Amino acid sequence: MTTSVAIAGAAESDLGVTGKSVLGLQAQAIGRALEDAGLTLADVDGLATTGVSRFSATQVADYLGLRPAWTDSTFAGGSAFEMYVARAVQAIEAGQCSTVVISYGSNQRSARSRSLAGVVESHTPEAQFETPYGPLYPISYYAMAAQRYLHRYGGTREQLAEVAVAAREWALLNPAAFRHGTGPLSVADVVGAPMVSTPLTTADCCLVTDGGGAVVLTSLDRARDLRRPPVRVLGYGECTTNTSMTAVDDLTVTGAVESGRAAFARAGLTPADVDVAEVYDSFTITVVLTLEALGFCGRGEALDWIAGGRIRPGGDFPLDTSGGGLSYCHPGQYGVLLLVEAVRQLRGECDARQVAGAEIALAHGTGGILSTHATVLLGVDR
Amino acid sequence: MSTEVPGGGQVPDPDEVTAPWWDATRRRVLLVQRCAACGHAQHPPRALCTACGSPRDLGWSEATGDGVVDACTVVERAMPGFRPPYVVARVRLAEGVLLLSNVVAERPHDVGVGDTLRLDWRPLPDGRALPVFVLSQR
Repeated sequence: MTTSVAIAGAAESDLGVTGKSVLGLQAQAIGRALEDAGLTLADVDGLATTGVSRFSATQVADYLGLRPAWTDSTFAGGSAFEMYVARAVQAIEAGQCSTVVISYGSNQRSARSRSLAGVVESHTPEAQFETPYGPLYPISYYAMAAQRYLHRYGGTREQLAEVAVAAREWALLNPAAFRHGTGPLSVADVVGAPMVSTPLTTADCCLVTDGGGAVVLTSLDRARDLRRPPVRVLGYGECTTNTSMTAVDDLTVTGAVESGRAAFARAGLTPADVDVAEVYDSFTITVVLTLEALGFCGRGEALDWIAGGRIRPGGDFPLDTSGGGLSYCHPGQYGVLLLVEAVRQLRGECDARQVAGAEIALAHGTGGILSTHATVLLGVDR
Repeated sequence: MSTEVPGGGQVPDPDEVTAPWWDATRRRVLLVQRCAACGHAQHPPRALCTACGSPRDLGWSEATGDGVVDACTVVERAMPGFRPPYVVARVRLAEGVLLLSNVVAERPHDVGVGDTLRLDWRPLPDGRALPVFVLSQR
């Protein structure tokens, strides 16, 4: 049931505070990923991207001088890229195109384009029924999920902080991480950071940085003849649940339940098979909810499960090994960089943060306010 | 067109689906949309029932105004037009549906999951009002 498609190339753009343009960062990431794969622009006949403009894929195709036979600009926040992997696999297997680039770039930190209120679209129900009450978007929704979770299961903010502490430990091993040089983060640092929307402090929230990335997909057969070892797409699944803050009845159970179940079923794998996990960490609570939803531990168990160093370097569940959105890079829609890190781990390129012998990787994107959930399982070519 | 919220934000004009709900707020009545075909209650109002799909059986019932905090957060960062700290909450009405709202409390940090609430109103300059909540008992 698995797929016949592989990731043949992967790359980051410049990260952090770049002073570069959105399209400049996109082109840089795409150029590097194609070079990594040993391919050129002339090979690309499929393109998926988001966050550029209303016509995102069209815009980037124009910028690159391409006339793709297949595009996708599904707007689904940070999980869009994991969704694009599924669509790209289907397009390649159906013969609509042969080589797909999935890319993203953002200069949100340099451009100071991020707002606490998010983007309000006045024709949506949320503009009439939610925005007038002043929730920070998206933070207040995740804050309510965290509050509900801690209340239900009796957890503490200190336990939740472990997600951010572990992410920093990984970032200290990754020279590309925004927080690489800033030293370790303690639980006291996290809970003592300025409060944003209770119970989440600034240290429970992902970075706001520039950055981007790209991956190149083609058939496994073709990838085997290219420059880099192929990384197989083993499975995928997705679930879309809400735009409003009141549509989901139980804040502690996310659509990652369905996306994970579909991905593992397609791949013929179980959570126990995963050697390294790249799970979207927009906020500390996002990771806790996602780990439970994907089945790595039971409901209400995640805070105990991640304690004791399990998700830190050297632990038995390597999680967000780049340093994550919390300490590595968060350019607004971070999901493409989850894929880039998963590929690099499976190719054994991660130096100090390399997970020894990693053969199966999970990348899980979450977009909006726990709105969109997409899981991709990747594996080495055996 | 839209109406300024005192102390922050803007409330867009209603559309053909939401107009009865907003009109009721002028009389300080909180409506919940209900499907006559299947009995489902939903919020915000829509042009069809999300339970049975019927586009023609939706009506309105008056909420009692009793609610419970499903989840809440105290916003501590200043957004344009709002004065922190203030409580944003998911309020579960006695009728079963969830509303996003504010819990207006002297000590915002004391508001928690399960607190019982009663309806109050925040007037808008155009005569409509925003349903908000206050603690009914501790």
